[in-house]
Amino acid sequence: MDLKTKYMGLELKNPIVPSASPLTWSLENVKAMEDAGAAAVVVHSLFEEQLTHESGELDHYLTYGTESYAEATSYFPQPDEFRLGPVEYLDLISDMKKKVDIPVIGSLNGVSTGGWVKYAKNIQDAGADALELNVYYVPTNPDLTGSEIENMYVDVLKAVKENVSIPVAMKLSPFFTSMANMAKKLDNAGADALVLFNRFYQPDFDLEKLEVVPNLVLSTNWEMRLPLRWIAILYSHVKASLALTSGVHNANDVIKVMMAGGDIAMMASELLMNGIGRIGEILEGVKVWMEENEYDSIEMMKGSMSQKSVGEPAAFERANYMKTLQSYKSLI
Amino acid sequence: MARQKITIDGNEAAAYVAFNVSEVIAIYPITPSSGMGELSDAWAAEGKTNIWGTIPNVAEMQSEGGAAGAVHGALQSGSLTTTFTASQGLLLMIPNMYKIAGELSPTVFHVSARSIAAQALSIFGDHSDVMATRQTGFGLLASGSIQEVMDMACIAHAATLESRIPFIHFFDGFRSSHEVNKIELLSKEDIKAMINDELVKLHRERALSPDRPVLRGTAQNPDVYFQGRETVNKYYDACPGIVQKTMNKFAELTGRKYQLFDYFGAPDAKRVIIMMGSGAETALETVKYLSERNEEKIGLIRVRLYRPFSNQDLLNAIPDTVEKVAVLDRTKEPGAGGEPLYLDVVNAIAEDMAADSPKFSKMPAIVGGRYGLSSKEFTPAMVKAVFDNLKQSKPKNHFTIGIKDDITNTSLEFDPGFITEGEDVVRAMFYGLGADGTVGANKNSIKIIGEETENYAQGYFVYDSKKSGSTTISHLRFGKNEIHSTYLIQSAKFIGCHQFNLLEKFDVLEKIGERGTFLLNTPYPIEETWDKLPQKVQEQIIEKKLDFYVIDAYSVAKNTGMGSRINTIMQTCFFAISGVLPKDEAIEQIKKAIKKTYGAKGEEIVKKNFEAVDHTLANLHKIEVPAEATSTIELPPIVSEKAPDYVKNVLGKMMSGKGDDVPVSDMPVDGTFPTATTMWEKRNIALEVPEWDTDVCIQCGKCAMVCPHATIRIKTYDKKYVEAIPETFKWTEARGKEYEGKAYTIQVAVEDCTGCGLCVEVCPAKNKKETRLKALNMVEQIPIREQEKVNWDYFLSIPEFDRKELNVGSIKGSQLLQPLFEFSGACAGCGETPYVKLVSQLFGDRALIANATGCSSIYGANLPTTPWAVDANGRGPAWSNSLFEDNAEFGFGMRLSVDKHMEYARELLAKLSDKLDKKLVESVLTAEQKSEADIYEQRERVEALKSQLQKLDDDAAKNLLPIADYLVKKSVWIIGGDGWAYDIGYGGLDHVIASGKNVNILVLDTEVYSNTGGQCSKATGLGAVAKFAAGGKPTPKKDLAMMAMTYGSVYVAQVAMGSNDLHTLKAFIEAEAYDGPSIIIAYSHCIAHGINMAKGMENQKLAVDSGYWPLFRYNPDSLKEGKNPLKLDSKAPKIKLEDYTYKETRYKMLTKFKPEAAKELLQLAQEEVLKKWKRYEQMAKFDFSSNEDDK
Repeated sequence: MDLKTKYMGLELKNPIVPSASPLTWSLENVKAMEDAGAAAVVVHSLFEEQLTHESGELDHYLTYGTESYAEATSYFPQPDEFRLGPVEYLDLISDMKKKVDIPVIGSLNGVSTGGWVKYAKNIQDAGADALELNVYYVPTNPDLTGSEIENMYVDVLKAVKENVSIPVAMKLSPFFTSMANMAKKLDNAGADALVLFNRFYQPDFDLEKLEVVPNLVLSTNWEMRLPLRWIAILYSHVKASLALTSGVHNANDVIKVMMAGGDIAMMASELLMNGIGRIGEILEGVKVWMEENEYDSIEMMKGSMSQKSVGEPAAFERANYMKTLQSYKSLI
Repeated sequence: MARQKITIDGNEAAAYVAFNVSEVIAIYPITPSSGMGELSDAWAAEGKTNIWGTIPNVAEMQSEGGAAGAVHGALQSGSLTTTFTASQGLLLMIPNMYKIAGELSPTVFHVSARSIAAQALSIFGDHSDVMATRQTGFGLLASGSIQEVMDMACIAHAATLESRIPFIHFFDGFRSSHEVNKIELLSKEDIKAMINDELVKLHRERALSPDRPVLRGTAQNPDVYFQGRETVNKYYDACPGIVQKTMNKFAELTGRKYQLFDYFGAPDAKRVIIMMGSGAETALETVKYLSERNEEKIGLIRVRLYRPFSNQDLLNAIPDTVEKVAVLDRTKEPGAGGEPLYLDVVNAIAEDMAADSPKFSKMPAIVGGRYGLSSKEFTPAMVKAVFDNLKQSKPKNHFTIGIKDDITNTSLEFDPGFITEGEDVVRAMFYGLGADGTVGANKNSIKIIGEETENYAQGYFVYDSKKSGSTTISHLRFGKNEIHSTYLIQSAKFIGCHQFNLLEKFDVLEKIGERGTFLLNTPYPIEETWDKLPQKVQEQIIEKKLDFYVIDAYSVAKNTGMGSRINTIMQTCFFAISGVLPKDEAIEQIKKAIKKTYGAKGEEIVKKNFEAVDHTLANLHKIEVPAEATSTIELPPIVSEKAPDYVKNVLGKMMSGKGDDVPVSDMPVDGTFPTATTMWEKRNIALEVPEWDTDVCIQCGKCAMVCPHATIRIKTYDKKYVEAIPETFKWTEARGKEYEGKAYTIQVAVEDCTGCGLCVEVCPAKNKKETRLKALNMVEQIPIREQEKVNWDYFLSIPEFDRKELNVGSIKGSQLLQPLFEFSGACAGCGETPYVKLVSQLFGDRALIANATGCSSIYGANLPTTPWAVDANGRGPAWSNSLFEDNAEFGFGMRLSVDKHMEYARELLAKLSDKLDKKLVESVLTAEQKSEADIYEQRERVEALKSQLQKLDDDAAKNLLPIADYLVKKSVWIIGGDGWAYDIGYGGLDHVIASGKNVNILVLDTEVYSNTGGQCSKATGLGAVAKFAAGGKPTPKKDLAMMAMTYGSVYVAQVAMGSNDLHTLKAFIEAEAYDGPSIIIAYSHCIAHGINMAKGMENQKLAVDSGYWPLFRYNPDSLKEGKNPLKLDSKAPKIKLEDYTYKETRYKMLTKFKPEAAKELLQLAQEEVLKKWKRYEQMAKFDFSSNEDDK
C-alpha cells in the first residue's frame, strides 16, 4: 500500500505532519513523532515580535536600577553573550536535522519585511527543508482595507521567496472576503503550499477579575469542515500544494483531507490531548480503511471529493447552505 | 611591543592581576571591594585561566572571617591564594591574618580601603580599616592611582612569594576602586615575568601533605612562645629590600619606576608632605603646580610600602634640606598621640636624630594631620593649606583639613578658590538620575575616548544615598596627558543636566567656568525652555557667557522605542557639541560602543539605540541667550519652613548637596539623631501617582498594606472633620459595622510616593463601567501636586483611629494603624519595606529594633533623613544598627537589658509598695498586657506611678523613675536580610533562637545580598543567577525555617504578603505574642530579581503557588494543647516551578546563556520543591495528641 504524498516538492512517506505546536519545541518530541510515523514536522513558530520583546526585556531587567546607588551599581553578572531567540530556535532546527530523517519545516511569524526576510534566510541556513509563513495577524485598525491586508500577505510572500530557495508555504486565516481569489494571488506570487487555516486563539473574559484572558481551546474535528471545504474548492485551481490544519483527529479525518484534495493533513490538538503515539494509530487506521475500501495509494484518493470531482459541485457553494438548513428543519 | 591601553576601574585592575596569579580565591561581598570578587567569579564561570593556564577555584564564603579561614587553609595546603575585602570585612579577617603572617605564608589581600563603622557606618574610603591591621604582621603596600593598583598588585604578589611576608595591597575605596581611568594593561607575559616559579615551588613544598607530614599550629608555653615570635625578624628585615628589588624588576619590564618612598619636588625642599593613597596624587599635582609658579621649595613623599616600615628608606627619600614635615593620615585614632603614619615618621626621624651621625643637623618640625575620612574631598586647595601651615613658625599639629572643626579647632582654613585645573584637560559634569542611564552612558564615553583615541580619560561617579529616584553626578576628565586629579571637578568646561527638575534642587552651574557649555534636557518645547528656567540659572548662563544647548531627550527616546532611557541620546549630544572628537567619528564610535554594550542582548536593542543616535542631532538646539534674565521663578526652599531647626539648618544642607559645609558643632557627638525626618524631604520623584476613586473602593486596606513607602494612608474618622475640608479632599462613608457613621479617606502623599504602582496592582476593586480602571489609578503627579499637598496636610491633621478600638487582626483594621516607618529611600516597589512598615504599625510605639547592616539599615538610617517615625504621643520605634554579623546578638542584648530593667523595676516597685498606692502597684505588677487596650491601660498606670514616685524622697523611687517605662511591655525586633540571617549572622541567630528569650526576628528574604548588588547567599534558589553564582546556583536554598523548627521552642513562620496578606498579619501578631524567640521569614521581592517591581506581589503569589515558598506557621504553644505546632497555610503546588521562576530574570537569564545547565538545574529545583513540600506536608500531619497507650 502506498501512503506516499508530495508536499511542496517534498516526497513524504505518508500525509501526516504534526503542525507547529508546543510539542515541537523539544527535540525529544520531534524524534518521537518521527518514530511514531510522522512524515515531516513543522517546528513551532519563531515570532519576530517576541524576539524584539525578549531582547528589550533582557536589556531592561539587566539594567533596571543599575548605576543608581553606590553600593549596588549593578544587580547581575553580565555574561559576554546571550543566546537569544533566533539562535536558540535555529540551533533547534539544526539539531533536529541531525537527529531526524524526516523533513523539518520551519515556521515564522514576522512583523517587519526586513524581519521576515532575515529570519527566513536564517531558518533556511539552519537546514530547514521548507518554511511555513505563519501570518498571524488580526487587523484591528479600522482604517486598513481588505485589499491592503491582502497585499501585505502577497508582499511578504514575494519578499521571502526572492530571498530563499527552500519551498515556502503560506498559512492563511479564513477571514478573506474572496478566499479563492486570495489563494490564486498567493499561488501566482509563488507560494509552494497553502496551509488552511490558522486558528486564532480567541480571548475569553474572566468574570471574577473582569479581565480579558488568553484561552487556548484545542480543536475538535468539527472545525475541519471549513478548511475541508476550501481545500475541495481550491483543489485544481491552484498549483500550490494544499495542507489542512485544524480539526484532524482520526484516520477518517486524514482520508477526508486527501479526498478533498489536500496533500497533507496536519495535526496538533489530537497529539496534545492523546499523545504523540496517536500518529501511529491514525496511520494504521488509514491503512485499514484503505484496505477495506480497496484503495492502493493515497494518490488514488487525492481530490476525489473535491469540488471538481464530485457529482454535485454546488454542494460546496450556497446550495450546501440551503441543504443544511433544510436538513435542520426536518429535525424539528 | 606597546602594551594595550584599557580604561577600567581600580577594582578590575586589582582583580585582573589577582586572578592571574591565584589558584584559590575566597570571596565575600562588601562595598567597595565586591567588584573584585564579582569579576573573579564571572571570569571563572566564563572559563578564563590564570597565567599557568588553569581556572582559579573561586568560592564564596559565609563571611569575611570565613573567607580568611579558607585562604589560610588553602595557603597551608600550598595553593596560591587571594581574597578581596574592605572595612569591617578586613577586621573580621584579623584573627586569621595573625596566623597567616605568623606562619610566613605568602598571600595578597586586595583591600579597597574603607571607613570603619564608629559613630556611624560609612561605605566610603579612608585608611581606618588598613590601619587596624598594622599589628598582624602583614605587609602593607599602597596604591594611589588605577595604574598603580595594577602595578602594585603585581609587585605585591611577586614580593610576597620571595619575602614570605603576606601583604595587604590597598587602595582608596571608591576614589580608586571605582574611578575609571586609562591605564596600560600588564600582559600575561608581564605577570609571568614577575612571578618566580621557583618560589611557587617552594611555597608548595612547604604545604601540608600526608605524603611528607608535618604539624603546624602548635600550642606553645611560656618557655618558648616568645622566642618563636622573634624568629620572623629577619624576614621582616629583608622584606623592604625584596619589595624594592621587585619594584626595580618591574621598572625594567614596564618602565614604571617605584620606590618604597617616592619623593617628588625640589631637591632642596624645605617643606614636605608625607602621605599615601589616592590623596598623594592630588598632592603631587599641587606640588607640581606650586613649584611651576613660584620658587617654593616644597616636596612630597608618597609612601608605597607602609609595613614593614623602613626608617632608612624614608630618611633616604627626604631631602637633607627639609625643615618642616607634615604627615597626613587618612584615619583617626582617638586618644592616640598621633595618627599612625605620623608617629612612624616622628619615630624614624627621632631615632635617626639620636644616632651617631644623624641626617638632619636640626630636628625638623613634624606635624600630623587628618584628611579625607569617608572619602571627604581632598583638593589642591587643601594641600596648599597644609603647606601654608608649615610656613608658620609654629605650624598647627594634629590638625584636620577639609572640614570645619569649630569645637576643638583642629581644622586648617583653606581657600576653595585655589584651583589648579588647567586648560589642557576637558572637564565635564553630568547631573542625572540613576534611572536615566547617565552614569552608564558616561562610562561608555570614557571607554570611547580612552580606548579609541590617544586621549587619557578619567571618570568618577557620585551617587546619592537613596535607592529610588537617586541623583547621580558624573565627573569626566579627558586630555592628552595622564590624569591624576583624585578629586571632584572644581571647574567644568561642560555641564550636562539630564533632568530639568534638578535645576531646582542643586546649583547645577556652580562649577561651570566662563564660556563653558551647558546642555539641558528639557521637557518643554524648545522655544519655551528659556522662560521655564529658574532666575538664578538664567543669570548664571548670562554672566558666565555659556553656550546653551537643549534637547527634549524624552521625546526622542519615546519616538525611538527607548522608553525612559535617555543615556544614548544625551551621550550623542555631548559628543556632538563638546568637540572631544570630530562629530562623525564620535557618532561612529558611539555606535561601536552601543554594539559592544548591547550586542549580547540582541540586535533589536542595538537597532533601537542606533535609531536614538540618528534622531538626536536633529533635535538638539542651541539657544540664543538673551542679554538679561527675565525669569521670575525662584528656587523653592529645600525644606519646609515648618520643619524643626535641626532639619532646616543641618539636614537641609545635606539635602541640597552642601553637607561638606556642616561644621563639627552641628554633628551629634555620639551618632544619635532625631527620628521622623523623611517627612521633611519632599523628593517628588514619581511621574505618576495613584488616585483614589471613592465610588469603586471596597475599603479592603490592601493598598496601604503593600505600600513600600507608607505614602498611601487610610483613616476612618469622625464626620465632624469633613465639615470644613480642602476643596479637593476626598472622603466617603466608612464601610463595616464597627465604623458605622464615620468618614473614610484614602490619601496619597504624592510628594513622597515613588510611583511604584504596587497599590494599583493589588487593588481588587474594578470599575464596573470601565474595567481597565480600579479604585486606584495612576495619574500624572504634577497636575495634582499642589492640591494633594494641601489634602495630605489636612489628612495628617485628622486624629488617628484609637488603637484600643481597632481589630488589628484584619487587614482593614491593621491598616488604620499609623505607619511609623515612612518615605524611606528604598527602591520603588520594594518588597521588604511593607513588612518593616507592618512591624512599625503593629508594635512600633513600644518597639526596640536591632537592624543588621544591609538594605534595611541603609533605607532605614542613611542620612540626610531617616524614616523611622513617631506617633502623636511622641512614641515610636527606637532603632539601631550594630554590625552585619552580630545583629541577632545585638537585639538579644537589647532584650536582656529590657528584661533586666523590667525585673529591677518590679523589684523596686515591690519594695516601694508600702509608700505607693497599693492597688496601683498591684495592678501594674499583674497586668497582662496582651491587647492594645491592655497596653494603653498599663501606660496610664505607669504614668500615675511616675507622678507618685516623683513625690517620694527615696533612693528606690529615684532608681525606679528612669526605668519605670519598662513596666510597659516592650517588643524587641531583630531585622535583617538573608545575607545576615542565612550566612554571616547565622551562628548568632542560631544561638539567640536557642536562648528561649522573647525576641522577634524578621528575615527580609530577598535571596541575595541586595544592598551590595545581588550576590548569592545561602538563601538563593537553586538555578538562580546571582553575582558570585554567575553560572546559576547549583545547590538548593537553605531551609532556615526547618532548622529553626528543630528546636521545638521557636515560633517560626514563613510568609509572603503578595500571596496571603492576612496570613502575614496573623504570623506577625502571633510571633510577637509568643513568649519566646520567634522568627518570621518573609519573601521579599527585589530589584535584584530582575522583575517588574509593580508586579512584585504577583511574583510572591507565584512562588507560593508553585510550592517553592510554602506558607506556614509553627507555634510551639500548640504543643501544650497536644496539637501539631505546624500549620501548613498554603496549598500543594498547583503550577510548575518554571511558571514562577521564568517570570524572573534571575532564573530566566540562565536559559539565555547556559541553556543546558538551566534545564538541568530547573529539573533539580522542581524535584527539590516537591520533596520539600512532601516533607512539610508529612510534618503537618503528625499526630501530637497524647497517646493513651503510653500512659
